[in-house]
Amino acid sequence: MRLIRLAMLVGVLAAGGSAARAAEPLKSPADFAGIADRGARSQALFTEAGKVITSPRCLNCHPVGDSPTQGDDLHAHLPHVVRGADGHGAVGLACQTCHQADNFASSGVPGNPHWGLAPRSMAWQHHTLGQICRQIKDKSRNGGRSLVQLHTHMADDALVGWAWHPGIDSHGQPRTPAPGTQQQFGELIEAWIQTGAVCPAS
Amino acid sequence: MISLPPEARPAEPTSPSPTAAALTRRGFLKSAGAAAGLVIALQLPLMRKAYAGADVGEVPTGDFAPNAFIRIAPDNRVIFVIKHFEMGQGVTTGLATILAEELDADWSQIETEYAPANVKLYANTELGAQGTGGSTSMANSWMQMRRAGATGRAMLVAAAAQRWQVPAAKITVRSGVVHGPGGRHATFGELAEAAAQLPVPVDVTLKNPKDFVLVGKTSVRRLDSAAKSTGTETYTIDVKLPGLLTAVIAQPPAFGATLRHFDATAAKKVAGVTDVVEVAEGVAVVATGMWAALQGRRALKLDWNLDAAGPASSAALYDHYRALAAKGDGAPVQIDPQHKTAMASAASTLEASYEFPYLAHAAMEPMNCVAWLHDGMLETWGAHQFPTFDHANAAKAAGLTPDKVKLHTLMSGGSFGRRANNWSDFTVAAVNVAKAIGRPVPVRVQWTREDDMRAGLYRPLYVHQVKVGLDAKQRPAAWQHAVVGQSIMAPTAMAAALIKNGVDSTSVEGVWPTPYTLPAPEITLHSPSQAVRPLWWRSVGNTHTAYVMETMMDELAERAGADPVAFRLAHLQDQPRFAGVLKLAAEKAGWETPLPKGKARGIAVHYSFETYVAQVAEVSLTADGQPKVERVVVAVDCGTAINPDQIVAQMEGGVGFALAALFYGEIDIENGRPRQGNYNDYRVLRMNEMPRVEVHIMPSGEAPTGVGEPGVPPTAPAVANALARLTGQRIRRLPLSRTSFKTA
Amino acid sequence: MIEFKVNGETRKVDADPQTPLLWVLRDELGLTGTKYGCGIAQCGACTVHLEGRSLRSCSAPVAAVAGQNVTTIEGLGSKTAKAVQQAWIALDVVQCGYCQSGQVMSAVALLDQNPRPSDEDIDLAMSGNICRCATYQRIRAAIHAASDALSA
Repeated sequence: MRLIRLAMLVGVLAAGGSAARAAEPLKSPADFAGIADRGARSQALFTEAGKVITSPRCLNCHPVGDSPTQGDDLHAHLPHVVRGADGHGAVGLACQTCHQADNFASSGVPGNPHWGLAPRSMAWQHHTLGQICRQIKDKSRNGGRSLVQLHTHMADDALVGWAWHPGIDSHGQPRTPAPGTQQQFGELIEAWIQTGAVCPAS
Repeated sequence: MISLPPEARPAEPTSPSPTAAALTRRGFLKSAGAAAGLVIALQLPLMRKAYAGADVGEVPTGDFAPNAFIRIAPDNRVIFVIKHFEMGQGVTTGLATILAEELDADWSQIETEYAPANVKLYANTELGAQGTGGSTSMANSWMQMRRAGATGRAMLVAAAAQRWQVPAAKITVRSGVVHGPGGRHATFGELAEAAAQLPVPVDVTLKNPKDFVLVGKTSVRRLDSAAKSTGTETYTIDVKLPGLLTAVIAQPPAFGATLRHFDATAAKKVAGVTDVVEVAEGVAVVATGMWAALQGRRALKLDWNLDAAGPASSAALYDHYRALAAKGDGAPVQIDPQHKTAMASAASTLEASYEFPYLAHAAMEPMNCVAWLHDGMLETWGAHQFPTFDHANAAKAAGLTPDKVKLHTLMSGGSFGRRANNWSDFTVAAVNVAKAIGRPVPVRVQWTREDDMRAGLYRPLYVHQVKVGLDAKQRPAAWQHAVVGQSIMAPTAMAAALIKNGVDSTSVEGVWPTPYTLPAPEITLHSPSQAVRPLWWRSVGNTHTAYVMETMMDELAERAGADPVAFRLAHLQDQPRFAGVLKLAAEKAGWETPLPKGKARGIAVHYSFETYVAQVAEVSLTADGQPKVERVVVAVDCGTAINPDQIVAQMEGGVGFALAALFYGEIDIENGRPRQGNYNDYRVLRMNEMPRVEVHIMPSGEAPTGVGEPGVPPTAPAVANALARLTGQRIRRLPLSRTSFKTA
Repeated sequence: MIEFKVNGETRKVDADPQTPLLWVLRDELGLTGTKYGCGIAQCGACTVHLEGRSLRSCSAPVAAVAGQNVTTIEGLGSKTAKAVQQAWIALDVVQCGYCQSGQVMSAVALLDQNPRPSDEDIDLAMSGNICRCATYQRIRAAIHAASDALSA
């Protein structure tokens, strides 16, 4: 059931094809003030932040398994690449073989100084938002981050920030950015933490 | 029950094909019979006189040039002039092997250069034009090069005999050294000047094949390995000339689109851009380097008229072609008068409709050419696979007579058929740009990968509809076969000579003629024309016909409850070489030995370009249902094996090339535009997808035949047959990426 | 002016900083052993070494290599490189050869970091280098042969 929903989500994204779309808006924490129940508000805040988390810009490098995906349809990365020992690629075919410190318009290859895969324990693809939420909070899976550190990562990390500045692809088309802005995303995460960091049930 | 043995094939070769002049030429050679060697055994100085003004290359004073293929310098360099085009298939090494064999030259003293455009000296004797294609290079050169080498040897021996005053019979030649009685010896270089003064012998004795020291030996290695492994080989993209400019062309975005208007104001402001000119191919941005040219092209404002763009889509073409096939009124390829009766009395039928997409060649070096108009002449540097076409087309574009046009043929970064075309498209583009800029500076037109992939000249989209009538015992009793697809020859100058009664033989080769004994056949062909130009693509019609025939044979064997090898053998008469490779491949693959669960074998055999190839593929499915080809066993009968290791290489490469098309190959057209443009959406095979390939060459004393193309056709059906066995799914629409698999 | 070292020599180029390194090497510095195949980091024909690691020169702006060491096929001279090129020649790996500069560069970088690669290691390191002639079987064999020669 959950898998089906995500498959539908992926299907919708695929239907969008390669034509990039403008960033979808993101609600602010104030928009959720009307939810009286603190736990329900927290869940709603995370669900809103989940629009970012489940954006292709984030999912592609949070795969299940050892290989990233590409594009709004999450197709297999070409060429075939793997995370390698440190999340930065195989010996002889590191991420940095192609991905430089910045997006490169000429080749359409995206870039960031820390370009690499999220650890295996942080697989998001084929997971429900509730599963992702519990995983994000789990220090044994999130790289030992406290909620405060988690917020810092989401709100300030430059590689996370790439999702809002994804550059253009090899066809010269702008990639669809993650919804909203990194600042708005950070605010939602902060509000979610302040409301008890309650995860969506499903 | 009519079956045309391959030996009875029409004389016309499959790709690129002869002109009327060619036929005359071949007729001449034939009538000259055994003395055909005379044609080539003329001394170059004589040729110079005979063809004054024609480009026959330079022969430095003191060199010995017994014919147009060999020059020996006093410093003992042996230079072979290679009349064929090197696109990786190893022809340079192949022709040199034959020449060196009969000349008895030492392999280490050999240098090669590519022939100038001169059809009188360097024609492909099978095609009648100077050009490389149809896997004909070794076949047409075998006796010619042997005679050329033997002539040179005889003259060196005669020179030594004269110098030492001994009978020629007392002289031997080994590894580039001429030996006489009493320990006398001389290098080729030492005899060059004297040999050059001697008359060319009318008749020469060729070696007995049992005495070959180079032909058939794996110890002979490629002549181009070192340069290509160290980055020193010169391709067209690497040509350096003083003041050389680079041009990229904004091509029409769709087939049939035309330019309404363009604004080059911004493009001309890009640093490094020197010219923006309109040419027949689009708008060319000329600059001091590639980056500036690309930046300039990006800055162009272009207004295209797309009213005539087409075809609407590949999907629409499939619909249209299926409808044509169903009508059954195509041009007759082969009609057995008994067909209708036989089909009517069939107990059951097996029907199948097949679909094959457009395919791009996608050679590694995108098309390019350097053109330089200066001093009333044109020089080009390029991958001139068909100098006869390119020479004429370049001269026409330049508005010069052919004697004012000099082609420099270079090593090419792949071709697979793409660089041989009737229009010389990329050569003419370079000439047009050189002409348009109006200054005597050399300019290289360089296509980007996307330009290359979207320019058309594809393996055309094809539909086959097959209906086989079966008797009560499930044996084939009637064969109806409708083929629909663009004729490759129709848009070319060879159309009149090669299309007979509406049938372009390259559209049906492999279906008809076929080594199989087809029961009561009715084979028809529709050849609709489209705005997308078609072209031969490594193995031409066999790219689709072998797939249809060999998957049908497999399915029919299954219906009959017969072993696929035994079933095929039962449908052959007097085809020992075809049957031979089939049995050899099966034996070497361990056909009778069961595979572990999760793996399956499939077999296919095909005859193309006078060569017989059978392959057994072993496949499995990955955890996510992707087919994986683990091993391919190849058996090939190409007559005398001149360079066995290069035959192996061509089979290995042919398998990989075929797998790319089988798995991923598709140019999908929408609104006249190819949707694919680069290796990310037009996938080709990569290292992690390459199976183990084992090649077995059938020992043979027959004349050598081609190997560049024949390795391709059997691969896809062999894999498809293995997948059918593994999954129960019969795939009739390529590529496989359109199908999801699960183990049966 | 952008300054970097190519094959051990300091070079200064006056180029648009966003120019792909590939075109600076080929058009400005005349180092044409490095090939253009796709321009989008799909084929690997343009592979060079940046500080000893594989880099697709079509996918890096020249500005990104400022102050660093770039090695092209023309500058290969290490023991590993010689072993790789000797193996390539001994096994007649090449066909058209256009991709082979890139293949050799990737193979050398692989062996420098992993002197005894398995078939799978080779697949993972080399799947970014396309050979349209499909010489992959010989590439794999040549990498093993070079590895054997280096550890002999």
